[in-house]
Amino acid sequence: MKLECVPTVSELGSISILGQITNISAALKEGQVTPTELCQRCLALIRSTQFLNAYITVAEETALKQAEESEKRYRRGQPLGELDGIPIAVKDNFNTAGIETTCASNMLKGYISPYNATVVQKLLDGGAVLLGKTNLDEFAMGSGSTDGVFGPVRNPWSYSRQYKEKIVPRSDSEPENSNWVITGGSSGGSAAAVSAFTCFAALGSDTGGSTRNPAAHCGVVGLKPTYGLISRHGLIPLVNSMDVPGILTRCVDDAAVVLGSLAGHDPKDSTTVQDIFQPFALPSLTDVSKLSIGIPKEYHAPGLSSEILAVWSKAADLFKNAGAKVVEVSLPHTHYSIVCYHVLCTAEVASNMARFDGLEYGHRSDMNKSTESMYAATRREGFSDVVRGRILSGNYFLLKQNYEDYFVKAQKVRRLIANDFVKVFGSGVDILLTPTTLSDAVPYVEFIKEDNRTRSTQDDILTQAANMAGLPAVNVPTALSGRGLPIGLQFIGRSFQEKQLLTVAKWFEKQVQFPMIQLEEVKKHDNGVLQHQKSASFS
Amino acid sequence: MAAARPLRHRSDALPARVDDVTNRFRWRAMRALGLCRWLLGGTVRALGPGAATASSAPSPQDGVTVEVLDHLERLALVDFRDAEGVERLREAVRFAERLREVNTEGVEPMDSVLEDRCLYLREDDVTEGSCTAELLKNAREKVEEYFVAPPGNIPLPELEERDTFLKEKLPH
Repeated sequence: MKLECVPTVSELGSISILGQITNISAALKEGQVTPTELCQRCLALIRSTQFLNAYITVAEETALKQAEESEKRYRRGQPLGELDGIPIAVKDNFNTAGIETTCASNMLKGYISPYNATVVQKLLDGGAVLLGKTNLDEFAMGSGSTDGVFGPVRNPWSYSRQYKEKIVPRSDSEPENSNWVITGGSSGGSAAAVSAFTCFAALGSDTGGSTRNPAAHCGVVGLKPTYGLISRHGLIPLVNSMDVPGILTRCVDDAAVVLGSLAGHDPKDSTTVQDIFQPFALPSLTDVSKLSIGIPKEYHAPGLSSEILAVWSKAADLFKNAGAKVVEVSLPHTHYSIVCYHVLCTAEVASNMARFDGLEYGHRSDMNKSTESMYAATRREGFSDVVRGRILSGNYFLLKQNYEDYFVKAQKVRRLIANDFVKVFGSGVDILLTPTTLSDAVPYVEFIKEDNRTRSTQDDILTQAANMAGLPAVNVPTALSGRGLPIGLQFIGRSFQEKQLLTVAKWFEKQVQFPMIQLEEVKKHDNGVLQHQKSASFS
Repeated sequence: MAAARPLRHRSDALPARVDDVTNRFRWRAMRALGLCRWLLGGTVRALGPGAATASSAPSPQDGVTVEVLDHLERLALVDFRDAEGVERLREAVRFAERLREVNTEGVEPMDSVLEDRCLYLREDDVTEGSCTAELLKNAREKVEEYFVAPPGNIPLPELEERDTFLKEKLPH
């Protein structure tokens, strides 16, 4: 596949092998498109895809101002870097100065943060244009992006030609309104924003799979970096020992570009490592014969759809046929990781949510009888059932009589899980290849039949062991399911070996040629004919 | 009883009370409302194949009594709202029981994946601050440079007087 020319604005949707951000950056340098035009196009697309409910806040004025500044820099020939003028979106649990940060909760409605999260500041320092804050599950608790107070996020693929073609039309219902599928969560808004071309990259957060899960369902690349690589300062915390900022982009190269501007020690976050981080460009791998890919057998979890199993097998064969060494490995404590996560997560949540008392920020109840009763009323009014449920469970596990049996026990199991990975990587395996989700995206009406906790325990099974062990992992969109929806596969790498992880992911991405989403809205919006690759797809 | 604070450190967690008054109240309530059956019903359901493997281990639902629920509401300053909320907790506890199946003999608990590294400490120099006005902007009630709180040192009302779903478990 040859890249013939730098794409013009009307070809905004076309995929190129060199990576979209790099291409657009080149186009901006050449003056083929201006940051303001780019920003306006994205804002218009956000408006026409409003039904997706991907954005909570669209910062139109500030975005246009940032685009203007960027334009001035390009005219002077002094862009700040590859991200200068690139429109991005940020999940609404990152603090953004002057822009409302709600975490999709009543507790923080109207909260305007006085500071930028470090990752947001880094993006702005690089010249990126912040379009807005994206929707999520309340306080990032959930796996569907359906439980926030601003409503659920709709998967853009629900409106794609690929999905609509496969729907068996029912005489009594409108496909438009009742068949739409979820984005996955909790960074569903960010994934939908990237998938629908409203921005070039988005920040999510990943505690149990919250970046990789929606990435898989929305057909985008979702990177969870190593714990300690990227600063969490300004990310409203869920689980301090597992949270990381996540990166969502349309291709692996873009993820590497964004990672390059975000990674590195932050004096304001003492859990970031002090190692010097060198941003890297990804080599185009041609020879995978020296690679050893591990296939953990426990990831053949109960409930894994036969489609995904088939895609996973095919991927393993792909590596084998290309000369790589593909071995079955074992991570024996995998089926306890979800229970362990459940205890540790609720315990840390109970502690982290204690800061919301209405005194310094956020919602405050009118109850004035006493401090305690004001706190209780504020929290009663501000938190949803899901959040309250986790706080109460967490406090239960932390009670003196339960502490050893649950919390400390879970911490011990965590070590066993982390050791499983150490053993496997120590035996010569370079990268693990696993499915990301158990099935393709389910319709919203199906998803809400089970409660949030049940869904989270089901959906996080394949992703959260990487959070337990702090390892980097990335979802790469692989193929379309029988229903026309994206299926992604996950690569898990060694600590701080993002370059190796992403190099392999990029090679795989090139092999599978995941098809581009065919969205009416995007087509209507571009004046030119949308180019899309009709190359042999993986499925 | 000491005023409950939000759980900020595990040493704040107080054990359930075991004095006479509490016990009397508990038995009365349970007899009068058939609460015993309600709680035991949960216990019986839990004694399925997935429950505690050791026969001497306490039943998972032993820990979830009205007392503990009340205690949790005080510690967390968050309410159960309805029967569903309580059921959610019992489900969570039931689910967590699976941890007992894992042999963790001789295994140290893991606090952080970065345990092999030293925690970074900055120099004790003031590098930023003086943003009082900005910080106060987000508070609803303030006076000059103070956040205003309602009177402190007043413990949360007892179960009987609180507006909580758990009140329904009390004798009338």
